[in-house]
Amino acid sequence: MLRVDHLKKTYGEGNDAVEAIGDLDFEVQEKEFVCVVGPSGCGKTTLLKCMSGLLPPTGGEARLHDQRIDGPPELMALVFQEYSRSLFPWMTVRQNVAFPLRRKRLDKAEGRELVESAVRSVDLTGFLDRYPWELSGGMQQRVAIARALAYQPEIMLMDEPFASVDAQTRADLEDLILEVRREYGVTVVFVTHDIDESVYLGDRIVVLTPAPTTVQEVLEVELPEPRDQVETKELQEFARLRAHVYRSIKRKQPAAETEQEPARA
Amino acid sequence: MTARQERWLARGLEVTVPILVLVLWGVLSAGSETYYFPPLTDILTTFKDTWVFERVGSDVVPSLERMAAGYGIAVVVAVGAGLLLGLSPRARRAAAPIVEFLRAIPPPALLPFAILVIGVGSSMKIFIIAFVCLWPILLNTIDGVTSVDPTLRETTRVYGISPRDRMRRVMLPAASPQIFAGMRTSLSLALILMVISEMVASTNGIGYFVLQSQRTFAIPEMWSGILLLGILGYTLNGAFVLIERRVLRWHRGARASALS
Repeated sequence: MLRVDHLKKTYGEGNDAVEAIGDLDFEVQEKEFVCVVGPSGCGKTTLLKCMSGLLPPTGGEARLHDQRIDGPPELMALVFQEYSRSLFPWMTVRQNVAFPLRRKRLDKAEGRELVESAVRSVDLTGFLDRYPWELSGGMQQRVAIARALAYQPEIMLMDEPFASVDAQTRADLEDLILEVRREYGVTVVFVTHDIDESVYLGDRIVVLTPAPTTVQEVLEVELPEPRDQVETKELQEFARLRAHVYRSIKRKQPAAETEQEPARA
Repeated sequence: MTARQERWLARGLEVTVPILVLVLWGVLSAGSETYYFPPLTDILTTFKDTWVFERVGSDVVPSLERMAAGYGIAVVVAVGAGLLLGLSPRARRAAAPIVEFLRAIPPPALLPFAILVIGVGSSMKIFIIAFVCLWPILLNTIDGVTSVDPTLRETTRVYGISPRDRMRRVMLPAASPQIFAGMRTSLSLALILMVISEMVASTNGIGYFVLQSQRTFAIPEMWSGILLLGILGYTLNGAFVLIERRVLRWHRGARASALS
């Protein structure tokens, strides 16, 4: 469904050029939940911006249904890490969720139903007429998720969406996203630097190397569904995968440093 | 002292100090023989005779109409142009020298030109007021639009918000705190330019009345005009603050929650 085909991204030119993405190549299947995990500063956000058409790649391409992505596709929604800056503070929850639907030209009742069922699935029905800044961080991110769901995308990209909430809220949001993904049958690409989170959520994990980023490896996650914060994390397979991803990321880092040394001297 | 008491004290001071000043003025000027500083009671009597409501139709209404028209034109033009310039760095570059030059001209210097070209009627005064009020609003709107959060811009792109909605429902409200700041500066400029333009070439208006009273040695009348202008400025600013508070309620709420 979504194919990242030898994607490259370099910022700047000449001597100041910074190679953020070396060469990325992977695929996301229909209805799949793919976690992209990598060390901090490995160009995860750059990748997401290239995949969503916000940033043109310098080489290669991303394709959705075999169509080259050169601007934000209509079938795609994006959930940002900074929920407080991606929601419109002058709009209520209802208005925020309804705003992207304006282009779809639905009739009133239909639009209303989409908004209300999306807000219901993130458990915020009582807060439809509140403003985002009246809500806690976790609730604001749920509004952003509801907005993405109401938009009825085939694929939802998420950029470290739970990185700025506390641990308990984070666990709740993880379960929430697994639930709504089933309910809406949406494909998810979930970028994170949290290894536990990637193993817990993903059907597959794409492990990235430090910048200039390439794919270190792709792992199938074969944990039973539905996942459970306690039981899933007790499984041996969970521990094994977690350790595997951890080593995979740690192993690469010193190597990357030695590679850079000649350039520094 | 509790916060509540503190608030009441502050509010009490706001009311009592102006009253005290008025009383002091009244006492000091009572029985004044000085020609230029008539007793406050004389000024107040003249004020009542002149402005309630003798000259409202002939002077106050024309003045306010000019001010409202000039200010209104400035707001519409400046916000529209500011949104466009704010969204296009190239247009901003191109316009910057002209904007900086025009706004550097001391406004009264334009009066002779305006009288020559437009004449001495209301249009001339409206032009002067609009011209002067334009710049603070324009510059603030540009500033507001260029400082819209990048995440917010990306959100509108991802969700394919139409250019029209992006302007009216995203950029305009996002820039509105700065726009209001500019509008507030321009409001006091509008009052100043209204008075100046009416003093130079006019047959009615509050500015005309003040100057005419002085020239005919009607000193209490002159004072009453000045008093009226003060009251007008104060009231307009107060009304502006009330509207701003309503429209920007979300802004104060969002800021307060970001700080906590």
